[in-house]
Amino acid sequence: MQTLHSLYNILVDIILIVIPLFLIVAYVTYSERKIIGFMQARLGPSRVGPYGLLQPIADVIKLLSKEIIIPSGANKNIFITAPIIMLVPSLLVWSVIPLSETFVLANINAGILFILAFTSLSVYGVILAGWSSNSKYAFLGSMRSAAQIIAYEIAMGFALVGVLMAAGSLNLQEIILSQSGGFFHWYWLPLFPLFIIYFIAGVAETNRAPFDVSEGESELVAGFHVEYSGITFALFFLAEYMNLILISILASIMFFGGWLSPFQGTWLEIFFDWVPGFIWLSLKTLIFIFIFLWLRATLPRYRYDQIMRLGWKVFLPITLIWIFFEGIMIYYNIEPWFSYVK
Amino acid sequence: MSTELLIFIFFSLLLVFSALKVIIVNNSVKAAIFLVLSFFCSAVLWLLMNAEFLSIILILVYVGAVMVLFLFVVMMLDINLSNIKEKFVNYLPLGLFIFLVIALLLILFFDNQFSDVDRNIVTEINILNDNNTMNLGYLLFTEYIIAFEIAGIILLLGIISSITLTQQKNNDNKYQAPHDQINVTKSDRLKIIKDEEFRK
Repeated sequence: MQTLHSLYNILVDIILIVIPLFLIVAYVTYSERKIIGFMQARLGPSRVGPYGLLQPIADVIKLLSKEIIIPSGANKNIFITAPIIMLVPSLLVWSVIPLSETFVLANINAGILFILAFTSLSVYGVILAGWSSNSKYAFLGSMRSAAQIIAYEIAMGFALVGVLMAAGSLNLQEIILSQSGGFFHWYWLPLFPLFIIYFIAGVAETNRAPFDVSEGESELVAGFHVEYSGITFALFFLAEYMNLILISILASIMFFGGWLSPFQGTWLEIFFDWVPGFIWLSLKTLIFIFIFLWLRATLPRYRYDQIMRLGWKVFLPITLIWIFFEGIMIYYNIEPWFSYVK
Repeated sequence: MSTELLIFIFFSLLLVFSALKVIIVNNSVKAAIFLVLSFFCSAVLWLLMNAEFLSIILILVYVGAVMVLFLFVVMMLDINLSNIKEKFVNYLPLGLFIFLVIALLLILFFDNQFSDVDRNIVTEINILNDNNTMNLGYLLFTEYIIAFEIAGIILLLGIISSITLTQQKNNDNKYQAPHDQINVTKSDRLKIIKDEEFRK
């Protein structure tokens, strides 16, 4: 009875996370089209519903009702499984994200590791999709993407090593708590290079502009998912936007204090005491999502060899040097960030 | 029967099944995918022993990086296995011999291990607290520091030697020269033709 009850609670929690997540993804696509539209002096979607607000729903209905085309010569089983393999890890990771002071589905000890491990799995979706499509564009796209994701995963991992060194824990809730004390106690300040590298590597990991060589519509038609249609394409789309939100929320958790109030320790603290932590986390995340969209509207695509050069020869050395530097800061207990050492 | 035992039985059976599939399956990409599955199953088995660090690292390193590179290579091969398989039987004696040696070693090893289970098999490490990651880190940097450092040096040697293999310059190969690319100025690329000269 006890286990049944806790199982029921977990199921409710999962629904509480997943359903809003899908809605947010739908409206991130809408805001992407709208924001990029305004940045390029266009209107963006404006026909379906007021201000085009029902556009994502129309898109979902369209994608659901389309036929799934399986190309001849494709490996059917893998072709169908690839988008699922892409989506499942990006859903799983949400189970360890602390959304507020109390609400986290699984508050596990090795939170950061869990996230790193499961975000590294989405590359299988890309590779298998490209291979099983029996199409040279898809194959080229997946080759590029695999090399790129591996290159940037290392820099990203090292950036997060910096965070866990500072917090002295792998648990996400503890990482947030160790940043408490106000805006300047968050890790973005002592770990600034790592934060920049983390975010850029995150953009590369999600295969978004300016690192979207795996999709590169002007070179590879649509890259690894060129043969996908209907709901299978929608799954790729969903996974990409979920990863985008994930990278944003992780950036705000690791470097910007998660659900902590930015006014902690100042005279404004009392006035904003009523704001729940979830709101602060959402606001910080929205800023990063906006930067994602902004980058896409602003920057041209990187050349492939430059991407590799940036990942291996610039980011990796910088993270290594900064981790060494951080070790020195921890050794000398630089306040207020590195005062945890007992 | 407890839930943990059920999970253990399910995943160990799946592990054996997928490990067998790796060598049985014809398509090399599928073999690689089954290898990924077997890594997953062994990660779950480690998780059952409360070794969450090891199990997640297994997924992170082997599934997330090593197997991706494997797939990367395997995908580009187009091997017709039927040609290779023709003379497989010739290797049967050698294969059987190797199998028997390994099986014998395993039997000897496990026979010793299981004779005194409580002493020989480490089921948990509780040195600092029940945090597996902390205990592991503590052990690695105190008791096993020499083995840890030696492993690091061996890996470094591997990296350096594989890089030197690829660094052999060949005049037929074409390389990017980023330094030259960055230092390009306007006068290198752009030639302004005066209007009067153009008309002549």
